[in-house]
Amino acid sequence: MPTGNHGANEMRSCETTGLPVCLNAQQFIKLNAVCAVVFLLIGAIAAILLALTRWPAVHLLSAEWYYRTLTIHGLNMLIFWILFFEIAVLYFACTTLLNSKLASKGLAWASWLLMLIGAITVDVFILRGKSDVLLTSYVPLKAEPGFYLGIILVAVGALLGVINFFCTIYIAKRDKTYEGSMPMVVYGATAAAIIAVVTLLHGAVTMIPTFVWSINPEWIALDPAWYRITWWGLGHQSQQVNVCAMVSIWYFLSSVTVGGRPINQAVCRGAFVLYILFINLASAHHILVDPGVGSGWKIWNTSYAMYLAVLASMIHGFTVPASVEVAQRYNGYKDGLFGWLFNAPWRNPGFSGFFLSLVIFGFGGGITGVVLGTQQINIMAHNTLRIPGHFHVTVVGGTTLAFMALTYYVVPMIFQKEFYCKALCRIQPWLFGGGITVFAIGMSFAGSYGVPRRHWDVDMGGSTLFTGFGSGAHVWLGIMGVGGVIAFIGLLLFILLVVSAVFFGKSNAGGPMTPWHGDTAIVAPIPHDAPHETPGTMILVMVLLVSFVVYYFANWKWLSDVWHVR
Amino acid sequence: MSIYQPPADWFKAPTGSERTWVGIALVWCIVMSIMMPLWHFKGKQNSSGEAYRVEPMDYAKRVMEFIAANQVGVDEGTMRPIVAPAPGSDVYLQAQMWQYTPIIKLKLNQEYRLHLSSLDLQHGFSLQPLNMNFQILPGWDHVLTITPTSTGTFPIICNEFCGIGHHGMTGQIIVEE
Repeated sequence: MPTGNHGANEMRSCETTGLPVCLNAQQFIKLNAVCAVVFLLIGAIAAILLALTRWPAVHLLSAEWYYRTLTIHGLNMLIFWILFFEIAVLYFACTTLLNSKLASKGLAWASWLLMLIGAITVDVFILRGKSDVLLTSYVPLKAEPGFYLGIILVAVGALLGVINFFCTIYIAKRDKTYEGSMPMVVYGATAAAIIAVVTLLHGAVTMIPTFVWSINPEWIALDPAWYRITWWGLGHQSQQVNVCAMVSIWYFLSSVTVGGRPINQAVCRGAFVLYILFINLASAHHILVDPGVGSGWKIWNTSYAMYLAVLASMIHGFTVPASVEVAQRYNGYKDGLFGWLFNAPWRNPGFSGFFLSLVIFGFGGGITGVVLGTQQINIMAHNTLRIPGHFHVTVVGGTTLAFMALTYYVVPMIFQKEFYCKALCRIQPWLFGGGITVFAIGMSFAGSYGVPRRHWDVDMGGSTLFTGFGSGAHVWLGIMGVGGVIAFIGLLLFILLVVSAVFFGKSNAGGPMTPWHGDTAIVAPIPHDAPHETPGTMILVMVLLVSFVVYYFANWKWLSDVWHVR
Repeated sequence: MSIYQPPADWFKAPTGSERTWVGIALVWCIVMSIMMPLWHFKGKQNSSGEAYRVEPMDYAKRVMEFIAANQVGVDEGTMRPIVAPAPGSDVYLQAQMWQYTPIIKLKLNQEYRLHLSSLDLQHGFSLQPLNMNFQILPGWDHVLTITPTSTGTFPIICNEFCGIGHHGMTGQIIVEE
């Protein structure tokens, strides 16, 4: 077994994969993963309260608590849950997969503590009731200074974690713990880490002046237009960190669940490079109907420089399912176009979560994201429910579901604990993925009736100038509410399964994890010279393309029917 | 295989259906890239972002002068002024927590320069049921050159969070033949 640059007693050999596990990294993967799930729970409680408020027939919370809960939901889900989980993923990728030890234990402690203190600070200040500013905290809306300080601490902590990742890659290279190119999953994680650095720098540029301004507005003048541009350098770009992390996890899960292997690594790696180069421009998607930035700027940026980052996602949309198809065909599932797919290990939550995440992200999130982010079409979408309808199928149905799927391997292999109630584990991805899809469809259609996002009352609080949205919008909001309840049950089930396994599960230390399907927990990788037959994947991506084209031009048609404006 | 090191000769051009798909995807990306500038010149709905810096107090003064010059009545429910500006003229709409002033009467198929600004926080301009949405920022006079192509009563609602009364923030544009 390779020992890399590990000292004595600094590593163990994974009984399932034979890969070396750095014990320091393992400790911080555990700490960060546990925090991730705790903040996921806080965000989830907020989520169900919000869904039950925006479902007009229920309308649960008061206006004050709706906006407060929405602030909690955004920060805990989009920032804390995802960042903690991503730091855990980065530590795993740079140690186990590169056969290296973690560069610095001190840095890992500092990162984790700062993020934890920051996250708790933010939540405490929101609950104090004077920071109801939502995730974006658009100036001149003002929160207490502690709110901004907490976000800065989280960002600094995350930056330290990313620095630790880069230092580990450096020492792995220096100590020659691996030869040649790094594995794909590490490559994708590195792309995520590079984007994360740019993201967190935007965060510093936005949040530090805003923190100063919140202490005393006399000290510094903030332009709302400036704030929106720099904040979205943080807000949108952080979602691209998620995309990179999620795609890396797709490749990881394709490998362990079916033995999948990318057909052409140059293509996949090239797509990650496109993300790094062009995804930053997508921050402009949030300011397409803003004053002060002109058409040229809007068009160039919203196209991510000729849609080269979209090209990257469309490439992964092919290469990921193709890796599954090639492996399944090699392993004997050759019937027809889709025999490989029907005979895929759907009972394995690691596979079903991964593949559902891929489909939901591609068909739901990808198509809507590009269309809503088209400069002119955005006129019919900006700040309506179509926007959260889009990002709940990217960051929830896509990223979060991929993270969940990965967790079905993290718990047995890193925590070395077995899950209880495997039958419930097997249905959990379906419940959550199905629920969030219904939820997002309800949101999107309500949004196309004009229903605003971040809005407590679709009946407009008794205003005489507008008496509220019609029955069509109400029906879709009801569907959204039902989907939200199903997704919440799926999420709660996930947390219960994970918590029961981590804290009360049977230890599997000393032996391999129990396989989710088949005889071995990790399916053996197929050889390099396996035949590259992907007719099924080609059909799937052509269906995606046709849906994309139809939705795209349908939106232009709807746009052509509204008032003229320039 | 993605978790193990790749073979030494991994850097090579795509082949077969993968190559075909990359080509198709690239063409689609180019089509989408061309659509936006094309619509900018050929289409009738664009957000050009025309805007000027303005102090909120100065903007409030312009709105007051605009109302004084163009008022034709008062809305009974809200006691807000109703204005009927001449076609082709500048129209000023003021957003503040939690209302839009004044109520505006426009003529069908006539062009107006609609100015939007806020006296306090950021607000939204969401015209219903057309579902046309624009951003309103304090300190910025956002000018939309707008031509109503349908008649009726069109509510404006706020879709940028602006505090506890956000959900009741409404205004109105009336379009007549």
